[in-house]
Amino acid sequence: MSTIPQAVAIVQRCEALFEDLTFDSVKRWKAAAPGRKAIGYMPVYVPRELVHAAGMLPVGILGGGDQLEVIQGDAYYQSYICRIPRSTIELGLTGRLDCLDGMLFPSICDVIRNLSGMWQLLFKDKYVRYFDVPQNYEDEIGGKYYVHELEILRDDLGRLRGSPVTDAELNASIRVYNDNRAAIRELYAYRAQKPWQAPTSEVYLLLRAGMVLPPEEHTTVVRDYLAAVESLPRPKRDNARVVVNGTFCEQPPLALIKSIEMSGCYVVDDDFMLVTRWLLDDVPADGHPLEELSRAFLHRSASTAAKYDARREDKGQFLLKQVKTRGAEGVVFAAPSFCDPALLERPMLQDVLAKAGVPYTAFKYAENTGQMAPIREQAGTFADSIKLWSAT
Amino acid sequence: MTAAAPMPASVKKPQDVQKEDAMWLQKELINRNYRELAEARATGRKVSATFVPGNLNELLMCFDFARSLPETNALQNGMRKKSGKFIMDAERDGQSEDVCTYVKADLGMMLGGETGPTGEALPRPDVLLLSYTGCFTFMKWFELIRHKYGCETVMLHVPYQGEGKIAPNMREYVVKQLKDNVIPTLERISGVKFDIDRLRQYMRESQKAEEDLVAVLQSAKHRPSPIDGYFGAVYYIGPIFTAFRGTPEASEYYRVLRGEIEERVRQGKGPVTPDGEMGEEKYRLIVEGPPNWTSFRDFWKMFYEEGAVVVSSTYAKVGGLYDFGFRHDPDHPLESLADYCLGCYTNLNLPSRVDMICRYIDEYQADGLLINSIKSCNSFSAGQLLILREVERRTGKPAAFIETDLVDPRYFSAANVKNRLESYFQMIKQKRTAGADREAPRTIPIAASH
Repeated sequence: MSTIPQAVAIVQRCEALFEDLTFDSVKRWKAAAPGRKAIGYMPVYVPRELVHAAGMLPVGILGGGDQLEVIQGDAYYQSYICRIPRSTIELGLTGRLDCLDGMLFPSICDVIRNLSGMWQLLFKDKYVRYFDVPQNYEDEIGGKYYVHELEILRDDLGRLRGSPVTDAELNASIRVYNDNRAAIRELYAYRAQKPWQAPTSEVYLLLRAGMVLPPEEHTTVVRDYLAAVESLPRPKRDNARVVVNGTFCEQPPLALIKSIEMSGCYVVDDDFMLVTRWLLDDVPADGHPLEELSRAFLHRSASTAAKYDARREDKGQFLLKQVKTRGAEGVVFAAPSFCDPALLERPMLQDVLAKAGVPYTAFKYAENTGQMAPIREQAGTFADSIKLWSAT
Repeated sequence: MTAAAPMPASVKKPQDVQKEDAMWLQKELINRNYRELAEARATGRKVSATFVPGNLNELLMCFDFARSLPETNALQNGMRKKSGKFIMDAERDGQSEDVCTYVKADLGMMLGGETGPTGEALPRPDVLLLSYTGCFTFMKWFELIRHKYGCETVMLHVPYQGEGKIAPNMREYVVKQLKDNVIPTLERISGVKFDIDRLRQYMRESQKAEEDLVAVLQSAKHRPSPIDGYFGAVYYIGPIFTAFRGTPEASEYYRVLRGEIEERVRQGKGPVTPDGEMGEEKYRLIVEGPPNWTSFRDFWKMFYEEGAVVVSSTYAKVGGLYDFGFRHDPDHPLESLADYCLGCYTNLNLPSRVDMICRYIDEYQADGLLINSIKSCNSFSAGQLLILREVERRTGKPAAFIETDLVDPRYFSAANVKNRLESYFQMIKQKRTAGADREAPRTIPIAASH
């Protein structure tokens, strides 16, 4: 009887969680103790520490992927609007999200913003909040506003569970997420070092598991994977090292990620599920928790299209840093169709890359894109061109 | 001073009725602004650019800026049939076919040099006042201009009314940005010191114009409506939503306009259309969503030829929501600017938008709701199909849905839109004659307009 290597078993478990559109793991978690609640959130970032500190499970909702047949959701959206809101509506209307006691809609774009109002109209018995974040990064201005927004969320969650969320609970949750972010940083560092050993199709599934598992358990899963995957015999190929950019909201199908890899690219950094590494380093867990979370957001957070660059010279620097620190040879811009943030940001990023001599390619996808051959050909041609250039 | 220049004499068109005079005056104002922009370099004035929703015209005037509004430039180019080329130029320059055509029309125009919609010079702005009000794309728009042309940008982040109200924290945040970021930046770029009494004076003018604008828009509660609250209203809102709110000229324009409209009410007249007086008022509609600009007159004609008048529209509130009581307040100038920005229509959450439309249907005795869904504008469009269902459910009035675009001529299918409108008017008529108010409302399905 053959045994499955531990790393493979972990990935299989994560894949099962990823494919489960009925959120059974969330239901099991809630059923394990009376009174447990779960709060859904959409990309890009919400401070999950607050939900966790209230004793609730934060659940990342990333649309329906390529396995969900969208029937009702299409009746709510015009053809020129991206796919993630319609499949999310589908999840809601078909009862798949009944296990959630509330939903948070972060400030990312007009579509997700308006979806918060749709949720208010369609699911009146649920807690719904549009979670605004500051585009002003001064502590006394944007910070003050943000701390107040955090206080509102904290108070709301306290009311939902029946008792206020304390500073001690928040600091404990900050520690839990510091550990989780550290584990994700280790995972990303390892993949950048040995992308053949930790392929992105697996890293992606590990991240997706973090959308439904409690953070403590997820941290363990990531570290167990890292410990186990090293011993797997996996061949190193002469692939091009690339950063994937534009996938921060609507998700590409898993087959698309595999196609990029199969075409001869090693993905050494990306913007999948930025919530897992939005805050770039540890948040102090011994001070005023909301102010610390605010300072981390304002001064030590990732960059993406939904976030204003206060200075022209800041544009593209985060991406350029990803390229340089990960030793990438190019960038693959993969943006969802009709995604205003990603598609409006892209020409600026391309300009920055061009000036820095970093090659790039670009295509669009939808979460239910089925035809991978054109993407494989484009990514393969890009990988070949990088290899040819680097050989000269 | 920016606003102190005397208004050019209005050139009278022969045989025009009073309404036409006001329209002519409005055009003079808009053209005057383009002339000021064209002469800005020669006269040593700095140029600002800002967006219609949340535009801080009174504040910008305090610093003597010549004021450009990129959305207005785009729509002017759309009405002049220039936007199609500009959009394609921008797409060739790397912009996606999926994104907002206002952005691409503006970027395409700038690629062609410093020439504006009227053919006169339109200098690149010295400052981009990024009023982040009700539209995420605004942020990317000015980032793109800043990236290409290096224009200095100052952000005014206006929080969204996610809970359907303006919380004190939101107002304080906007005021703090105004005090600590926006005003010091405008002072530095313009070289003009901020004078809050000057701001107060402009706001007193704003109040007068706002009062008269509301009277004009609410005149549509009469039967027949003396105005079209959508196609006509886009002319009425021009000065107050752009570079003239706070000027004595705008106050005068709205005073004259109000007088003319009140006279039409007394005479029992309907709206004036491009083809003259409108005939019998057969259908009274509420419209949600911006108009199409590239075929604006053809679009309007599809309504007035059928006797349909738009009695109120959400678009006429995009640059300021005055009909529920808000007025610029000279006694609390910065707080008032904050409330103005926070209260613009697209900064309202969907439940508030539904409430507002239902209220319009009731107060204006409308026959139904028409949604003109704009491909470019997710801020308006995302969620409109639910708005439609909710409004139908609450009011029992029929609703219809058409799709066009702002300034991309490729997305206006006249035959489809006309066909859909005719079906909708027929449905309203049948509903009336059959006494069908007890029946469940029917929805006209989405028109495939492209």
